[in-house]
Amino acid sequence: MTAVKNYEALGLTDAEYQHILGILKREPTPTELAMFSVEWSEHCGYTHSKKLLQALPKKGKYKALIGEDSGGIVVGGLAIVFKMESHNHPSQVEPKQGAATGVGGIIRDIFTAGARPIALLDSLRFGELKHPYNRYLLRGVVDGIQFYGNCVGVPTVGGEIYFDQSYNGNCLVNAMCIGICPKDKLARARATGVGNSIMYVGSTTGRDGIGGCSILASQEFKECQDKRPTVQIGDPFTEKCLIEATLEALETGHIAGIKDMGAAGLTCATVEMAAAGNSGVEIELQAVPRREENMAPWEVMMSESQERMLVCVKKGNEKFVRDIFVKWGLNASVIGKVTDDGIVRVRDKGELVVEVSAQALTRAPLYDVPFKKPEYLSHVRKLDLRSIKQPRDYNRALLKLLGSVSIASKEWVYRQYDHMVQANTMVLPGSDAAVIRLRDVNKAIAATCDCNSLYCYLNPLVGAQIAVAEAARNLACSGATPAAVTDCLDFGNPKKPDRFWQFKKSVEGISRSCRFFNIPVVSGNVSFYNESPKGSIYPTPGIGMIGIIDDPEKICTQYFKNQGEVVILLGPAGRELGGSRYLQEIHKLVKGDAPQLKLPLEKAVQKTALEAIRKGLASSAHDCSEGGLAVCLAESCISGKDNMIGAVIDDAPLGVRLDAGLFGETQSRIIISCPKSSAAKIKAIAQKFKAPFKVIGVTGGAALKISHKGKEIINADLEKLSQEWRGALEKHIQG
Amino acid sequence: MKFGVIVFPGSNCDQDCFYVARDVLKQPVEYIWHKSADLNGFDCLILPGGFSYGDYLRCGAIARFSPVMNSVIKFAESGRLVIGICNGFQILLEAGLLPGAMLRNKNLHFICKHVFVKLENSSTPFTHLGSQGEVLRIPIAHNEGNYYIDRAGLKELQDNRQIVFRYCGPQGQASEEFCPNGAVDNIAGIINKQGNVLGMMPHPERCAELALGSVDGKFIFESMVNRFIVGTGLKPVPTDR
Repeated sequence: MTAVKNYEALGLTDAEYQHILGILKREPTPTELAMFSVEWSEHCGYTHSKKLLQALPKKGKYKALIGEDSGGIVVGGLAIVFKMESHNHPSQVEPKQGAATGVGGIIRDIFTAGARPIALLDSLRFGELKHPYNRYLLRGVVDGIQFYGNCVGVPTVGGEIYFDQSYNGNCLVNAMCIGICPKDKLARARATGVGNSIMYVGSTTGRDGIGGCSILASQEFKECQDKRPTVQIGDPFTEKCLIEATLEALETGHIAGIKDMGAAGLTCATVEMAAAGNSGVEIELQAVPRREENMAPWEVMMSESQERMLVCVKKGNEKFVRDIFVKWGLNASVIGKVTDDGIVRVRDKGELVVEVSAQALTRAPLYDVPFKKPEYLSHVRKLDLRSIKQPRDYNRALLKLLGSVSIASKEWVYRQYDHMVQANTMVLPGSDAAVIRLRDVNKAIAATCDCNSLYCYLNPLVGAQIAVAEAARNLACSGATPAAVTDCLDFGNPKKPDRFWQFKKSVEGISRSCRFFNIPVVSGNVSFYNESPKGSIYPTPGIGMIGIIDDPEKICTQYFKNQGEVVILLGPAGRELGGSRYLQEIHKLVKGDAPQLKLPLEKAVQKTALEAIRKGLASSAHDCSEGGLAVCLAESCISGKDNMIGAVIDDAPLGVRLDAGLFGETQSRIIISCPKSSAAKIKAIAQKFKAPFKVIGVTGGAALKISHKGKEIINADLEKLSQEWRGALEKHIQG
Repeated sequence: MKFGVIVFPGSNCDQDCFYVARDVLKQPVEYIWHKSADLNGFDCLILPGGFSYGDYLRCGAIARFSPVMNSVIKFAESGRLVIGICNGFQILLEAGLLPGAMLRNKNLHFICKHVFVKLENSSTPFTHLGSQGEVLRIPIAHNEGNYYIDRAGLKELQDNRQIVFRYCGPQGQASEEFCPNGAVDNIAGIINKQGNVLGMMPHPERCAELALGSVDGKFIFESMVNRFIVGTGLKPVPTDR
């Protein structure tokens, strides 16, 4: 990047450049051009997606907070803010630092709101592990997350990982952070009060990450190596100090507004704080603390050096605020002030290098994008079940599914994350959702990430609806009322009409499901251009969802607890095979339609499980998802860490095709175990909500046994199932 | 009993220890900034877990030079109680208050999980409410918990009963297969010769309440409080055990 004048190299189109000339009535300076390019990039400006995103629901049971860097809800005077964000391309180029700075960035989005970060989750997608580069990516990304998250002292409590060939060449690293703050102490990302000071705090500014969001995040992915310099380098120790110093400084009441310097660094922070505050801002670049010499003004404005914040300090309190940051060993330097004319003015050694309206910079052009139903659908949707041979040995099929890396235990990964720091994690990784207590309000929250992108590939409208439904189901299985969503929408190149059709349908799907469940989408992120020369990734509308548990004593986990308890299936019999892991792993087929989703049925099943847990009737509850009923039962048997408990299932509704009954991924199903005395009570609850209810067997023994009409189909030793399920990921990582 | 929780830049279990002292044990507690030298009025110091100074150079190696550490050494010499947990243990090693050193975990990965540890010495001020040989379920979370000491040093620890906790299996088998990180002799925690400075890798503050699934770590804090109150002639606090 030597010729900054070249707007094309910065990702701007001819029309956009003409538009800029119209705004300025002159040629832009190199720094101005750079600033337009980042503010108008997809990453900051949502140029291709905003029009559709406006349709997402914004209201729910709890009061929603929307519109700042992160969104949230209010529960009993406590604001719970959360957001998920992608760091895909940086991670594909340099996995450790890419993932680490993804974590660092999302944490800053939370504490810039004045909230203490209390939990992290990660939604990851990689290509097939048979390729060494994908193994390198997985190792590097996990290393980056543990390196940053562990040091910064925020527990990594959950997440999900899937592997698929569509991510060969473009992995996904989506990090989600949750924070809490008394509602009346939330901070705003705005510059207000003419004459107030603009203070730069945190780490120094260098040449790292220049153009990260416009170059790396907003273009298709062709050559990796030459883009390495656009990846930032993270320092979790500085971030930890920055969290403490920022929260301490906000506590003083001397801060009028604050924003993190993430994507587009100083540009984004100055411009967006000014625009949000209906103010202007002027800064002097020589006052910016630096780690490199001879940086040009545009480099300083574009740098994405990590662990930096911009603070609007009430006039006269500068020393007080500065002392707090200095105490924590951080830079703190007044670089400018708030003005009243709506203009962002940047000077370098007194010389004016930028003079642009903040509003003009933040009003990125929005595009109506052409879309077209993809051609592949007509052949992948065709699935003739008669041509699918049923397995002769169901034990082997079950073992194979449990040992497939997308289903296998992710213990190798979460073992490396500190998931207990802060001493609030009530349900550790390895169940349907993580549960974190909220000491101050005597409640707890459950959190999960979900998206089956294979369903979305086959049917994005239904697949996205299922992603929301499954997230809610995971929360219900933990005893939580689903409360709010953050979405992280990972797609291919929006300029290709078939990709954009996937995006459009997915957003519609999220919207439909969320409206039905009365859940607002409070924050989110769009990541386009997830393509490599091998093609686009599967459409991956990642859903991060939190739920509220009013009584922290009434929580539930997925594994069987006691011998001799009743096993109940809430929901319908399995009957579909489209998009199933079974088809993919056993028959090597990516075919069919996504499973059907009937929202009223889904709600009935979830409400039944939730009420059973709230009344203390259920010992365990597990969402039935990838791998179907058989995998769900096996996980219920073996996922208890200290205590595995078998089951004898002799009355499961398996329908006419055993493979569909056992491995089909029919939605809206939950497996519950409970004491015999509770079964009738749960049945009554199911009848009240009109949810299908069936006692299918009993827990006990050291094996999972499933029979149909008196004939044994599966009889698998738990040790063997556990070995396969627990050992698979590490085995594949070794290559 | 007044606890002091020392805060180094990068400490991240300081607030958890503070919470346990104040809200679980109902004892007075204050944070002590690492630049403070004044430890007057404190009866027990906690050096918490975390990544002091980012653990750059070597775990605890920079924190050891924080101004507060000279006072901590004097505090320990006066016979008052000092407990270092995880990173706090590493700092005590670097400061020479406890013998030995930490290496990276044998598998070269950070490990966060519940492990079993055996209480090998229940006659210390930190463990006297426990019973000799009992097995505790308690979490670890560290990158460098592979405790090392040479043969002569190990013999001295053994001879003086300075080994307080050892990693073990669910039935108390302290064999190598149950050692998560490669530590010499399965050592999870040691005490100094004088018996008033304890370092341990497992996190008792993460298992001091039933809501978090285990209370096996609570007696360590209770032992300290209890001993202190016995020492001053006040009535001991009732415990859960």
